[in-house]
Formats: sequence, C-alpha cells, structure tokens
Amino acid sequence: MVTSRAYLENGRLGQGLDDVRAEVGRLMSGFIANGAQPVEPAALLPADVLIDLYGEDLRARAYTTHDPVEGELMLRPDFTVPVVQIHMANGASAARYAYAGSVWRRQEVGSNRPTEYLQAGFEVFGGTDPAADDAEVFAVLATALGDLPVMPVTGDLGLIFAAIEALDTNERRKSALRRHVWRPQRFKRLLERYSAKAEVSAERARLLQAVEDGSVHTLIKASGAALGVRSIDEIAARAEILLYEKEAAALSETAVALVSSVLELKSTMGSAAQELRRVAPMLGAAADGLEARAQALSDAGIDVSALPFEASYGRTTLEYYDGFVFGFHAPDRPDLPQIAQGGRYDALTRVLGDGKSVPAVGGIIRPEAALALNGGAV
Amino acid sequence: MSVLKLGLPSKGRLQELTIDWFAERGITVERTGSGREYAGRVVGFDDIELVLLSAGEIPKELAAGRIHLGVTGQDLVHEKIPGWQEKITELTEMGFGHADLILAVPDNWVDVQNIDDFDAVAAAFRANHGFRLRIATKYHNLVREFLRGHDVADYQLVDSQGATEGTVKNLTAEAVADITSSGDTLAANHLKILPDGLILKSQATLFKSMVADWSEAEATFKKLQSSVTDIPLQR
Repeated sequence: MVTSRAYLENGRLGQGLDDVRAEVGRLMSGFIANGAQPVEPAALLPADVLIDLYGEDLRARAYTTHDPVEGELMLRPDFTVPVVQIHMANGASAARYAYAGSVWRRQEVGSNRPTEYLQAGFEVFGGTDPAADDAEVFAVLATALGDLPVMPVTGDLGLIFAAIEALDTNERRKSALRRHVWRPQRFKRLLERYSAKAEVSAERARLLQAVEDGSVHTLIKASGAALGVRSIDEIAARAEILLYEKEAAALSETAVALVSSVLELKSTMGSAAQELRRVAPMLGAAADGLEARAQALSDAGIDVSALPFEASYGRTTLEYYDGFVFGFHAPDRPDLPQIAQGGRYDALTRVLGDGKSVPAVGGIIRPEAALALNGGAV
Repeated sequence: MSVLKLGLPSKGRLQELTIDWFAERGITVERTGSGREYAGRVVGFDDIELVLLSAGEIPKELAAGRIHLGVTGQDLVHEKIPGWQEKITELTEMGFGHADLILAVPDNWVDVQNIDDFDAVAAAFRANHGFRLRIATKYHNLVREFLRGHDVADYQLVDSQGATEGTVKNLTAEAVADITSSGDTLAANHLKILPDGLILKSQATLFKSMVADWSEAEATFKKLQSSVTDIPLQR
C-alpha cells in the first residue's frame, strides 16, 4: 500500500506520520542528551568502499546504481560505514554521534521484510574505557526502548578472536580462521582441516614433490601458458605454503574442543567471565574484559544476572563487529526484526581510517518496528 | 482464434533442434513468410500462436505471463528471474542444448584443485595486489549465489557479455564463470574447470508460465499435452 511503510500500515501521512516523526525525534533527543552531535551521511554512497568491506555478497543485499561520472553508487545499506568515514575524515579523536534516516536493503524474492526502513543510531568514538563505553551504549539504547516488551541478548566476538589467537598453530592458519569468523560453515571446515592429517591427492602429491625438488617453476610452466595477473612466482609461493601446511602439526583435539566450547558458551552477562575461565582458562584477558564490562553494565543500572550472554551471538550479521555485541528482540512479535542492535567495531575504523584507528561502539533502534511493537500507528 | 502463446527461439541451432523435438512428437512447427521473417505456426493447432523470440528474452516473457509456454535454457531462466519457481514451472527437459555453467581458472594454477584452494588464493591475491580477485561472467546472480553457498570471500564479479574466456589473457579477470558444452574453448584459452566448480547443469527446457492467463488456453494446452507425451500433467 502506498501509505504503508516498514512494519506500519499507516505511516506516511497524518497521525501515522506524526507518530513516526515523534518517535524519531524522541530517540534523537535522547541520544543528543547523552552528548551526541547529530550527523547526516549521504544516502547515496560510493559502492567500491562498501563492497571492498563486505565483499561481493553485498550486491545481493543492497541496491546499486550507476552514475556516468561518479561510477557505481549504492543506496546506504547502513549508517556505520559513512559515519565512521565522516568521523575519520574530520580528524576527531573522541566524539559521539546521533543520526536517523532510511536504509535500503534488497530482500530475497518472497521475503516480506521491508526494502526501506528507518534507523536511529548512537555511536561513541575514541573512548578510553571500552567497558564503560560498551555499557553506556547498551544502557542508552535500553533506556530509549523504555518498557517495550523486548528481550535483550549480548555476545562478544572478541572471544572467538581470542580463542584463535590462543591456538598452538602458525600465524597463517590463524589468519585464515580470523578471515572466516563471519562464515561459520567454512570456519568449521577450516578447523576440521587443520586438525586432521590432510589427505593428499596424486596431483597435489606431485606438486609438493616438485616444491621439495626445487622444480616447481618447471612444473608450473609445463602446466600451461603463463596467463593473467597472478604470476608464476605467486603460484610457486602458494605451492610452498601448501608443503609447509602439509607438514604443519595438526591441531590437537583439545584445541578444537576449546574453540567449540568457547563458541558454544551460553550464560548470563553476570557469570560469563566465570564460565569462560572454567572452559578456557588461558583466555584470561578476554575473561577480564567480560568481567569489566559486566561491572560497568551493573554500574549503569543493568541487572547483569538476568542479561543473557551467547558467545556466538552476532556472528552472521552483515555488520562488522569484533567485540561486544547486543540486540533486543520482541519475543511476542516474530514478524518483527530485532528492535535494536549494536556492538563494537574497532577493526572497521582501522580499515576505513587509512591506518588510523579509533575505538568505536554504537547501536541502532528501528523506530518503525518499535512503534509497531507499541501498537502505535498500526 | 489464438489463445495459447508458445515462445520459441527465433533462430539458429536451438530453433532447429526445438522444431525437430516437436516433429519427433508428431507436431509440425512451420516457419512462414520469408526465411528472415520471425513468424510461424503449429500445424493442426490454429489456436496456438507462435512467438519467435531470442532465447534470452523468453524467461522474462514467461515471468510476465505474456507467453504461456516457452523453450529456453535453464541457465537463462535461473539467472534472469530471481525466485523463478514462483512464476515458472519446468514441464520437460528436451535433451539438447546442454551447457554447464562452470568456474574455470588458468591451467597453470597448479595449486588450485578445488573451491577451497580458490578461496585461499583469493585471500592471497587480494593481499598481494590490493584488489579482489576478478571473476568474469554474465551470470552474476548464479555465480554470486554459488560462491556465497561455498563461503568464498575476497572475489569480485566483472561483467563480460562475450568472449569471456579471453578476459584472463587480457588481464581484465583472473578467473571466469561461463557456459561450456565441450570445454574446448576453455582449453584453447588455457583455462581448466574446477572439479567442484559446477554451478549449474543446463539444457533446453519447455517451461510453463504460472502467471499467464490460462482461462482460455487450458483446453489447447491439454490437446498439446496429449500429443506431446513428455509433457507431464499440469502441476
């Protein structure tokens, strides 16, 4: 219907629109009262930065268009990336931002998810006390949601990275695992491969033999014409890696079990640190971080003994989180998405900041979904 | 009066084989007018209107319900109509026009034997060259879906509407995803198919539009069905 908008039957005119605007205004005021300055990124963004970041898959999830001069452009699929870019370009070290506006997402055929919806967000950059900032962002969003019937959940992607770092294996394997943290299937396959004695095909055995004999360049040249950008030296270098990999010690069952038990950890925020120390005593620093965050949340008035914690939460989202993550969903309204979500994304600022990086944590509320949950403007 | 619109390929080998396929089932499809005119008829079926279209246009016409039945490749339907199952049904595969959509890399990539290797190479390539490994294709949807299903990262698709096998030599791509029937063109261009890189097996297929207006065409369809025994009963 032409008068409907995301999650709301009437929201484009009259009372419905008034309700939407009031809700967005209320959220923005709340964020600004917490020290944020308003920021308004462009709706049409250069596609290359986003695709570089998220990969080719993003094309299936965002709208692209083409300008003869500016090249490929994308309708803003989220605010995080352009807000980080504005922050980094501004050279600011510490800042807080509030924003509200539409994002656009392509949806699969047959999906009834909206292709355009509002987000209102709060971001904290450059803080010196990560636990306190994590807690503050969570508390600001929780306060903004008020007494809506939502259930929070928290997680920490930092635990997976800490578990990878603690593995007794070479840096190359760790880097491959880190690269696939957001793709659970391949992550699992990689772990399995690193923990088994690899089966080597006849063709692969010939290649490895050639590396050992020092005849790998000859083998490559005999296999086909030199072709394309990837050079013979690059091929030979990877062949050497394959030999090195074959001879690398397999991960022990204990090590794989450790990663699994960290990933499967479910608890409350209040006892997550204790649980982590029990299943993975060597991840002491990560447990300290959890403990500090639980304390900060508690100081902010959150009941951490009733706040669920799942180590794998947030692993398959489009976002680029690498630390604390959280979401608020509406258990009685499975038709609605998460009403709010957020997390820490320090690594993203490094990628976008030309070598500079800044601690960053933030979150968004979906005002239309919040209204729909509240029974307003339906 | 024409009530059932049948879309057939407008020219070439695919058209000849389609006409032969119907002929083997006792149905004569005749080209009318001069050889270059896109017109024809189905002998004995005055209520079928033959619509001659490029094979690439047929999926869209089926999905829009502007033709009731159409012959084209599965690759084209799957690529061009996202969620095609909602609008189009496969009636029968026709046994010709076989073509596989595959992922191919240079012959001299001796270190790449499967998709896992390909993914690892993509990561190293990006680190070495500062841009993501390029795959030339015109089947963007199918290739992206396939690679997502296999958790491949750090690649990009570059559009290639023809002579795709030449893109690696021309330094505009590192790998190709294209249709092949024999693999000869790939081999001539020093490319090898990844054994687990089969994205789609395709052949010429008779499709039925589920969104076309069938109220008056149903009877004609039944009559055609009884002649062409391969067409299963309406689903």
